[in-house]
Amino acid sequence: MARTGSSKSKIMLMALVPLLIWVFAFEIIPVFQMVVMSFQNSDGLGFTLDQYYKGLTTSLYLEAMKNSIVISINSSVAAMIIALFVAYSITRFTTGIRDQLLMVSNMMTNFAGVPLAFAYMILMGNNGALLLLLERMGVEAAGSFDLYSQTGVTQLYIYYQTPLAILLVYPIFYGIRTEWKEAASLLGASTWKFWRYIGIPVLLPGLLGTFSLLIANALGAYATAYALTGISFNLLTIRIAALVSGDIFPNFQLGSALAVILAIIMIFSLVVNELMLRWSRRRGT
Amino acid sequence: MSHDTTKKTKGLFWHQAVIALLLIYLFLPVMATLLLSLAKEWQSELVPHHYTLQWYVEIFTDVRFISAMGRSVLVSAITVIISLMIMVPAIFVIAVYLPKWEKLLQIAVLLPFAFPPVVTAIGLIKIYSSGPIAISGTIWILVGAYFILILPFSYQSIRNSLRTIHAKDLMEAAEILGAGKITAFVQVILPNILPGILISSLLSFSLIFGEFVYANLLVGGSFETIQIYLFNKMRTGGQTASAVVITYFILIFIISGFIIKLGRWKPKEYVASTIAKGGE
Repeated sequence: MARTGSSKSKIMLMALVPLLIWVFAFEIIPVFQMVVMSFQNSDGLGFTLDQYYKGLTTSLYLEAMKNSIVISINSSVAAMIIALFVAYSITRFTTGIRDQLLMVSNMMTNFAGVPLAFAYMILMGNNGALLLLLERMGVEAAGSFDLYSQTGVTQLYIYYQTPLAILLVYPIFYGIRTEWKEAASLLGASTWKFWRYIGIPVLLPGLLGTFSLLIANALGAYATAYALTGISFNLLTIRIAALVSGDIFPNFQLGSALAVILAIIMIFSLVVNELMLRWSRRRGT
Repeated sequence: MSHDTTKKTKGLFWHQAVIALLLIYLFLPVMATLLLSLAKEWQSELVPHHYTLQWYVEIFTDVRFISAMGRSVLVSAITVIISLMIMVPAIFVIAVYLPKWEKLLQIAVLLPFAFPPVVTAIGLIKIYSSGPIAISGTIWILVGAYFILILPFSYQSIRNSLRTIHAKDLMEAAEILGAGKITAFVQVILPNILPGILISSLLSFSLIFGEFVYANLLVGGSFETIQIYLFNKMRTGGQTASAVVITYFILIFIISGFIIKLGRWKPKEYVASTIAKGGE
């Protein structure tokens, strides 16, 4: 480092300046601008809390928040449960098959949004192939399934969260060594005892982290539900987008306030995760 | 011992069943779409009776589809190339010479997780639809936003690549042997991080290719990407839309294949890890 002349450090700074400019232009300034707008009245003037008041008292937006949170939690829990079973099974296979399965999961994370909504319409929309099949097999409930309801949209969320959950949970499972199990059973621990005292405490921090990432992933999602139902399904992201795009007359200030609320919910879930992580690390290992 | 093996194979059966169920679950929507795209018509039968390739012929002779594909490839390629040109030197300089800045960089990289595209789009529309830089509705606002979108992935993979090859030790070794900083970077560091960089580029490419939110909110009809095209087609022609989805899926499949191939590939003179081991 001592040999580094001042012209060399200038070259180094030159390597950083473009990144700095880009991050400011397309990330920091837009977010800042949005926060400023959220405190303006609908003409874009003054300083007011009206937009937040409107956002937090109008039943349409309250319901959107509730729906967003409920669908995120439900789909994340379901995807986690699937991923726990699958990831554990994946660790039982040989390296070659393991890599292939992870690659498939990785590939399927790309199958989300518009193409996914379309595929599910074919499968489970009105006259959907899978529903027809189930009905013929005598499953009565298939006849009343509505893809465009909350239950339906949740199905799509579970689908696109599952491969991501597998990719995130697998490395955590991989951390559990077979030798530990052997050692524990040599010392007389039952399978249940192994998981209770060793397995779960080791896994917990990682699983909690994965869970909050899934929640954040679902909270911010927009394309899947929008492609499936247009603006009729009431989610926070769909309300925000509708307020700032041409669909109805735009209100950037209210949209900004809702966006800030969404960001706060997301940051809250990430912070809660961080706290739980620390807590479980203290207790666990 | 024999008892152990039977127990293992019995256990394996359940694991195979779990994986089989997963694969059915994941591929069922794709299979249904594939069937529809190959069907002459498919209304209320369980499976279609007659098959045809006419929907594929239709989209591949549709100028609008070809242009939408072209636009998606263009915006993905431009973003990935610019991102590499800016990110590789910046992360290299921070990792090797300015480790104090690393924390700041990590915060910038994590911001997209707290502010999803729907949220960031509001500010982007407001700033870039008028004023000195009115690029809203053009490819450039997409390039700007997508650069940030892929930031977490490009950062992670470039950083990991530099860590695996022990970039700092390599630079010192090269300089002791008389190479200048720039020469060492170009001739020693770059070839060694190439596989990692290519993998992240392909991941970023497929991420941008599948992006809908920014495309819809920032440019919409004035720069129709493949996702916007598909969204419009979904409402009018179901079967052509299914052919588009399958084409998109095949493209993801090919890109994923490249990623596996690259993941296994190592440069012939790949000695970084042995150097590092010797040094430790």
